[in-house]
Amino acid sequence: MKKLNRRDFIKYGSGTVAAGAVTLGAPNIALGSTKKVVVVGGGAGGAIAAKYIKRADSSIDVTLIETNKEYYTCFMSNEVLGGDRDISTIRHGYEGLKKHGINVVHAKATGVDHDSKKVVTDAGDSFGYDRLVLSPGVSLKYGVIEGYDEAAAEAMPHAWKAGPQTGLLRKQLVEMKDGGTVIIAPPGNPFRCPPGPYERACQIAHYLKHNKPKSKILVIDAKDKFSKQGLFMQGWKACYDGMIDWVPAADTGGGVTSVNAAEMTVSTDFDDIQGDVINIIPPQHAGHIAHVAGVTDDSGWCPVNLGTFESKIHAGVYVIGDASAAKGMPKSGYAANSQGKVCATAIVASLNDIEMTAPSYVNTCYSLIAPDYGISVAAVYRLAEDHSKIAKVAGGLTPGDASKEALQREVQYAYSWYDNIVADMFT
Amino acid sequence: MRIKATATALLCMASLMGTTASADPARQAMLVNTCVACHGEAGNSVGPAIPTLAGLSPNYLMGAMLAYKYPDADELEAVIDADPAFEDVEAFNRYGTIMNRLASGYTEEEIKMIAAYFSDQEMQRATQDFDSAQAKKGKKLHTKYCEKCHEDEGRVADDDTGVLAGQWAPYFLYSMADFNNGDRDMPKKMKIKLKEIQDSVGHAGFEQLAHYYASITD
Repeated sequence: MKKLNRRDFIKYGSGTVAAGAVTLGAPNIALGSTKKVVVVGGGAGGAIAAKYIKRADSSIDVTLIETNKEYYTCFMSNEVLGGDRDISTIRHGYEGLKKHGINVVHAKATGVDHDSKKVVTDAGDSFGYDRLVLSPGVSLKYGVIEGYDEAAAEAMPHAWKAGPQTGLLRKQLVEMKDGGTVIIAPPGNPFRCPPGPYERACQIAHYLKHNKPKSKILVIDAKDKFSKQGLFMQGWKACYDGMIDWVPAADTGGGVTSVNAAEMTVSTDFDDIQGDVINIIPPQHAGHIAHVAGVTDDSGWCPVNLGTFESKIHAGVYVIGDASAAKGMPKSGYAANSQGKVCATAIVASLNDIEMTAPSYVNTCYSLIAPDYGISVAAVYRLAEDHSKIAKVAGGLTPGDASKEALQREVQYAYSWYDNIVADMFT
Repeated sequence: MRIKATATALLCMASLMGTTASADPARQAMLVNTCVACHGEAGNSVGPAIPTLAGLSPNYLMGAMLAYKYPDADELEAVIDADPAFEDVEAFNRYGTIMNRLASGYTEEEIKMIAAYFSDQEMQRATQDFDSAQAKKGKKLHTKYCEKCHEDEGRVADDDTGVLAGQWAPYFLYSMADFNNGDRDMPKKMKIKLKEIQDSVGHAGFEQLAHYYASITD
């Protein structure tokens, strides 16, 4: 991949070049003494960072730039595919954040000028900042799987960003004949929501079992092992015996290498396989704006100081959530939430010229195997002494011998987890 | 100036924290921030299976966290005996699905800070559905079997009992199931009372109590 130029003058929308040029040579003075933070991306990380900065120091001017007026959480979107949840229940708006005094701007951030400390949007506006938070999530890498591009995603949805793609995949499942084959192709590591593809297999199986019981699910993986594997396989056997066939990378020479959207086939090094519904979850890297801002490295993710989430490439820019290379933590919604709070604390401390307290992080992640069968992984983390990673100090998986009652409770905890985390983000 | 800047920061953090008094409010805020995405703003859960922590007593909260952290009864007792700050904490083992996995990630000092924070918050009693007839039966049971320790209809926290009024009903029922099947320890007196409820009205009694506590919103 072409390495981004690290010169600090990155990219402008065409209409703002002149304005940018004027401020380029000027000294960097914020208007008055108001400290400004711009947050790009209003998801699990960005919404939290914006809110917690504003609450910790209301004198800071906080702007949240988010493309969509309505946000669909990826968490619980698999339940929409399973049919037990309506998509409207995972849709959230930004009114709550506005009430905190956050300036919410619905536009697409298209450029970052590190010299004049400005973010530009596709609407031609620019927003100055003292500190910038990027929480753009992931971008899907089209073309790595040959033939899988944006057009192919209309025939073979990824549904890895919740919203219309979720609706499309659900519609295809509903329209599929009984006895059909659903193919799910999860990517190699790292990617957003490591247990997600396997929970998805469960939720789709739940739908098929009750509606199209002659159907099959084929999971053609790019990996040889996956998150919560033992628990998932136990759950598949208990709830959907014989319906889900997981094929490790070793059996196909590395998973799906190309697709033909017109023929509805996927190809591995050994085989061409026909599917009735095909869900390709392509490889991913940091969200687009992170690349534009030049805060990614060769891995495609953003190296950060793990105690503050400040970019190792550009001082004053922070990257949280899936886009960051938060060594030790998974790319999950709760991890992004936790990182957003650590980052908010770091920024408030830095703008007030005080030392930051030691960071603390948590991840909790539930997967719904069936309506009465939930599993989870959870961990508490601290920054390693040498700052080399976010080290797990406690946690673990649902025990393999958990009782039926415990698995039922985990479903209810998952729902309440959802209620609380979205309230944390949006109210 | 460093000192002035620190004072400003403390003020900032205090605004995040409400009015809590802590030796290190910034550290306290950092810690509780990891809890509230599941347990709700200021420990007031909006998810019915996850308990509200706001307004519970520090001893109750420390006892819960320590019990999750030390599943071995002897170890739990030893830890409590070793620290004067835990003098009034009662050692009751607790069953957990997830808190037992998380609690050992926090030191005893951190557990004290977390407990202090949530106990300082005002409990927002949950608004939840309940059946009036059931609640009426529950009220009678409460008066007869529970009120002596869970005073003022289960509102009182500073005697280190669990707050029942306005706690989430699903969570309450999970707790009752754990007490009744021996997964969670309790005071001797409570054990006797629970048995009396079982013997007189059976499991329905706990459902009725759940409706009753759900009906209390003030």
